[in-house]
Amino acid sequence: MHKLSLSELAAGLRAKQFSSVELTQHYLQRIARRPELNAYITVTGERALAQAAAADAALAKGEAGPLTGIPLAHKDIFCTEGVKTSCGSKMLDNFIAPYNATVVEKLDAARMVTLGKLNMDEFAMGSSNETSHYGPVLNPWAPDCVPGGSSGGSAAAVAAGLAPIATGTDTGGSIRQPAALCGITGLKPTYGRVSRWGMIAYASSLDQGGPMARSAADAALLLQAMAGFDPKDSTSADLPVPDYGETLQNSLQGLKIGLPEQFFSADLDSGIASVIEAAVNEYRQLGASVQTVSLPSLELAIPAYYVIASAECSSNLSRFDGVRFGYRCQNPQDLTDLYVRSRGEAFGAEVKRRILMGTYALSAGYYDAYYLKAQQVRRLISNDFRQALAQVDVLMGPVTPAPAFRLGEKTGDPVQMYLSDIYTIAVNLAGLPAMSIPAGFSGGKPVGLHLIGGYFAEQYLLQIAHQYQQATGWHQQFPADYAG
Amino acid sequence: MHTQWEAVIGLEIHTQLATQSKIFSGAATAYGAEPNTQACAVDLGLPGVLPVLNQEAVRMAVTFGLAIDAEIAPQSVFARKNYFYPDLPKGYQISQYELPIVGKGHLDIEVDGQSKRIGVTRAHLEEDAGKSLHEDFHGLSGIDLNRAGTPLLEIVSDPDLRSAKEAVAYMRKLHELVRYLEICDGNMQEGSFRCDANVSVRPKGQAEYGTRVEIKNINSFKFVEKAINHEIERHIDVLESGGKIVQETRLYDANKDETRSMRSKEEANDYRYFPDPDLLPVVVTEELKQQILATLPELPEAKKQRFAAQYGLDAETAATLTSSRELADYYENLVKLSGCEAKLCGNWVCGDLLGALNKAGLEISQCPVQSERLAGLLKRIADNTISGKIGKQVFDKLWNSTLSADEIIEQEGLVQITDTAAIEAIIDAIIAANPGQVEQYRAGKDKVFGFFVGQAMKQTQGKANPDEVNKILRAKLSN
Repeated sequence: MHKLSLSELAAGLRAKQFSSVELTQHYLQRIARRPELNAYITVTGERALAQAAAADAALAKGEAGPLTGIPLAHKDIFCTEGVKTSCGSKMLDNFIAPYNATVVEKLDAARMVTLGKLNMDEFAMGSSNETSHYGPVLNPWAPDCVPGGSSGGSAAAVAAGLAPIATGTDTGGSIRQPAALCGITGLKPTYGRVSRWGMIAYASSLDQGGPMARSAADAALLLQAMAGFDPKDSTSADLPVPDYGETLQNSLQGLKIGLPEQFFSADLDSGIASVIEAAVNEYRQLGASVQTVSLPSLELAIPAYYVIASAECSSNLSRFDGVRFGYRCQNPQDLTDLYVRSRGEAFGAEVKRRILMGTYALSAGYYDAYYLKAQQVRRLISNDFRQALAQVDVLMGPVTPAPAFRLGEKTGDPVQMYLSDIYTIAVNLAGLPAMSIPAGFSGGKPVGLHLIGGYFAEQYLLQIAHQYQQATGWHQQFPADYAG
Repeated sequence: MHTQWEAVIGLEIHTQLATQSKIFSGAATAYGAEPNTQACAVDLGLPGVLPVLNQEAVRMAVTFGLAIDAEIAPQSVFARKNYFYPDLPKGYQISQYELPIVGKGHLDIEVDGQSKRIGVTRAHLEEDAGKSLHEDFHGLSGIDLNRAGTPLLEIVSDPDLRSAKEAVAYMRKLHELVRYLEICDGNMQEGSFRCDANVSVRPKGQAEYGTRVEIKNINSFKFVEKAINHEIERHIDVLESGGKIVQETRLYDANKDETRSMRSKEEANDYRYFPDPDLLPVVVTEELKQQILATLPELPEAKKQRFAAQYGLDAETAATLTSSRELADYYENLVKLSGCEAKLCGNWVCGDLLGALNKAGLEISQCPVQSERLAGLLKRIADNTISGKIGKQVFDKLWNSTLSADEIIEQEGLVQITDTAAIEAIIDAIIAANPGQVEQYRAGKDKVFGFFVGQAMKQTQGKANPDEVNKILRAKLSN
């Protein structure tokens, strides 16, 4: 069952080949059998079975939608009423969310079944899932390697068949990079397409939720239910949501692909370079033309990102002060002691590093040199993308400079860790939609192909991804150890 | 005062906007609820919550801006002011920094008969913090977040004020205006209208400002005057003894009538302002501006001038009657309903009515004598049913009951005696009973006339028409 697509699952449920309760039990058993992966922080078994029973009742009454009764799991960044929502941090280890994120609300309303909450880098800050308070997640393809991050639990769970599909969030690549490293399909929508209400903020101007799936068709189904204007999020886009399934089957004849020259520098792993080349050739076969484009400001993306994201996080994480919720130190002597020890004891090293960097960047006398300058760079990068996408329909390239690295390999060198997001970060600064789709292997480890589209071009990206997945079978590969 | 020194004062006034709900959440803003019962997930700063701007607060800010003839920013930006405090749930206050919604404007004040124009630098929207409660918690502090997220408009004046008196006049003028515009209830006890004062002193004639000190959170006109005067004296004392003023924030202690240091410039927070990424820029279109302009009420100054012209009132009466919109409305209603002479109405409102309100410590909105009921009384005075003097008795009864003037006059038998024959009979009896006084009057002692009038009024319990009494007495006594 865990190899079926969402539409196959939906058909199976309708044809009564299996019930939602049976399907849910199947996944709960798989989760229980493979604890070493550490993909879940919380498994909500009882709740899931109750939701499944309700879904079965709806199915029996013929009131089912396309997602009714299908299980999923949420990245532990989405507030889920009555369920621990930790954000991967000791700070929120005791936090039972008193309300639902809009994404959770919408997927509950679609009668999906929530299996549990997925592991992640602490407060979504990390590229390897190693900053989680709950320990690292393993890569199902290579257990000595990281799954990527910050949505590492989501990527590993979907890759290993511990959830048919999952939600993730992407601030600098946190959906696409783990999707690439775990060989699944991840979509980061246009900034504003999916509501951020109830999604614990890391960097508000960059954070965006999206689907992490086994295929573009599955991602289209989940995005359909996640997307849309939310009056509770002032930055959500008040635009109609197109039917993402409608154009999946359309031909790519005449598609214009742009390859940003800066994506193919000498630093790129040669195995990845040849996978990308093969994928682009596949697109040629599907009727696309290919040209080189330029994103001249790309090299400024990482420094600009770490100024903006750190600045925003330094402010966003101020609410974790030990006063109203979350971790509070033992026996505080006074107010300062309460603040210093609560935050000092509950935040991990990477979170502290970014809070300090952000606080510095916003300080009087430094604001113009750092924050303001970074915002100007952001504008340049957006303009680069605008110009490139005026010439072509979609940009393609690698998602990561190298395949999954070994656990512990980069934890001692934050800058090396930051550089693993070199291709993804610029997209967040520009607010564009982008995908990672499985396109092959390098040294036995999955490689993702990066698709970047214009604003609100999710439908087009999904079509481009789906056509590739119709022609190739990379997305159907399953890590051998988890196949059974 | 020390004539060689000049004070320079600027005020920052926090007006709490009278919206139903908070500036970034749907929670209610009503004052005085049980602690933390009016704080929702957004006000508590729970993980994952987001602010959504209350458009009513925008409308009120623009209303204010238009009323002081200020520039309205077509785009203004919310920024985060970052600092840690337990009653600040998010660890930052959402405010406006570089791009406020209201830009340069002005307000005219009057001091000692002189008019002076005071510049308004800016006015910006922001959210209020909660309250820390330091009593009743046995060494701990309590936090009440009901006030967190209440909309404030911070109005910053130019340093144009030169005395505590001018500062108070400006503050009063602003207080009157925001209540006129119905954007703030002006309740100073509840903190709806509070003031920070920036004070410095320089030698007269010097162009540069002296070092300034900010006095925080003064919540009455009286204290503003006292705090500023105290601070000016302190500066002059320090300067004259060769010392230097330290730039700092001070608190005014009303009990001791002194200010004391709260924190110096060195200890001041670096608020690390930056644009709030959760909120879009606030756009005020020309269309919205025009819409608000069209609904702008008549402003105090214009109303004062109209009252003087339309109702023939002296400047002082017109000013008193227009000191609040409710009082002005009361007066205009009274004139309309009573059909009486506007001056008579003005005298009654400024005299008996305001006197009674002051004595009872009530606002016009809480007045037990509605304009309809006072109009009923004035009508009876105008048509001579009762005398003005009896009118005052009836007014007291109006104040203490729910009866109409007519019911009171009827019940108490207060109808004026205008029957000439009846008055003549009474006067004849008085003349007959007091021959000595009649002699004196006829001998040229005019003052005795008052005695006769007094007797007549006494015997009629004040109900005799005074004009009739005078006329008849003069005629009979001169015979």
